[in-house]
Amino acid sequence: MNDSYDLRGSELHIEVHKFRAGAIIGSLLLVLFLQAFLPLYVPKAEILDLPLLVTIYFGLSRRNPSTGLLLGMAIGLAQDSLSGPTVPLGLYGISKTIIGYLASSIGARLDTEHPAARFALTTVFFMAHQGLIALTRRILLAQPEAWFNMRLFIAALVNALVAVFLFLLLDRLRKR
Amino acid sequence: MVAIPSRHKSLVLLAGVILLQVVLLAVQIKRDSQGRLIRVWTVGAISPFQRAGTQGVGSIRGIWNHYFALQNTSRDNEQLRRENDALKLQITQLQSKAAEADRLAGLLNFRKLHMDVPMVGARVIGASPGTASVTIDIDRGQRDGIKKNMGVITPDGVVGKVIEAYANTAQVLLLTDKDSGVGALLADSRTQHPVGGTGEPLLIMKYVPNDDNVNDGERVVTSGMDRIFPRDLPVGTIVEIKPGNTFKQIRVRPAANLERLEEVIVLLTLHPLEFKQESEPASQPVAPAAAAEKPPAARR
Repeated sequence: MNDSYDLRGSELHIEVHKFRAGAIIGSLLLVLFLQAFLPLYVPKAEILDLPLLVTIYFGLSRRNPSTGLLLGMAIGLAQDSLSGPTVPLGLYGISKTIIGYLASSIGARLDTEHPAARFALTTVFFMAHQGLIALTRRILLAQPEAWFNMRLFIAALVNALVAVFLFLLLDRLRKR
Repeated sequence: MVAIPSRHKSLVLLAGVILLQVVLLAVQIKRDSQGRLIRVWTVGAISPFQRAGTQGVGSIRGIWNHYFALQNTSRDNEQLRRENDALKLQITQLQSKAAEADRLAGLLNFRKLHMDVPMVGARVIGASPGTASVTIDIDRGQRDGIKKNMGVITPDGVVGKVIEAYANTAQVLLLTDKDSGVGALLADSRTQHPVGGTGEPLLIMKYVPNDDNVNDGERVVTSGMDRIFPRDLPVGTIVEIKPGNTFKQIRVRPAANLERLEEVIVLLTLHPLEFKQESEPASQPVAPAAAAEKPPAARR
């Protein structure tokens, strides 16, 4: 049985990866736990958005927009749930749904296995994610939120750097 | 029936899923619902890992401290013995001061009221998984008597309030969250102004007219007017004052170290704590100073 297959366009051949049983759910639970746990001991870790990185990774690897957006929605809603009643359900959900969709769509068109490509894409997706959150807050919740600032730019670069190494680890969960 | 081209199916699904979540958001805003069931499920799924993680780190620390870090024990013992002697002396002095404070508090009936306040200690087992809110999770919940809107403090000062209580855990909204606030007053002038969070490490004191005299380094304490916290608990210290259009822009450094919380105290009451005291004229002149020096509710 083939565990990975090719998306064949007119000229492009891009491999679609499958993962070991439970790898996606296990990774999802682990990053949600780490996201809530790490800042207790390393306050600076608050800058990381591990659920977003996992959404991007599985979106880029699976390369199926439907799967990507549903996975993004699940992760986002879980993050909303853990953020307490001051964060309405759907704030992270909407932004991660769109990021999951975009990552899968781009993954189906580009080869995203190179670390430089992953770094650049994660930086862009992180900024887009923050923009979507700001948009949701401003339009739907009528709450003032900065579109972007230097802190978010640094956070985007840090997250992208972490993503390069995290994605290498997650690559090991792929079926060979 | 109109068939959707397969290449557009995911786009339709995307639109449907986003529409669903927008409706979910709208329902929450309109009805002020918290989608409680899904929160309970998610918190229930994650909190055992948080609890186990905290215990795991505690065990590793214990093994390290009690086994590997025993080098230079003899020298450390000698140093600790000296420190112990010094601390014993300090304890004697502090006991003397505490007795003096107790006498003052007894005169005002202030301490008695706060001693009646039931409270429970809790361990911090998690933090908010994003920057949209500033919350912590604690390992005590409804089974320990914790309810929504109860005040949370440390011996250093105010921490926040309970925003959600589950069976075995609870979520606490920290003072630094954008939606957080506490009734406060300036310790010196005793004028009342609310203090709120901004999502950043420093708090802001609101509605202080430009004409008012406020000093850098002045202490800010709770006013008790929010009916969550007892009066005169430390909130923070003023670190920055700038003139504004109508009101001053005042930044306050929280008294409690909100970025490094490990254990907190939850005040197990939803009733105002010291308002009866205000009607007693004899207590008025001295109550603030005595209470500010040593907040009784945090002293247990």
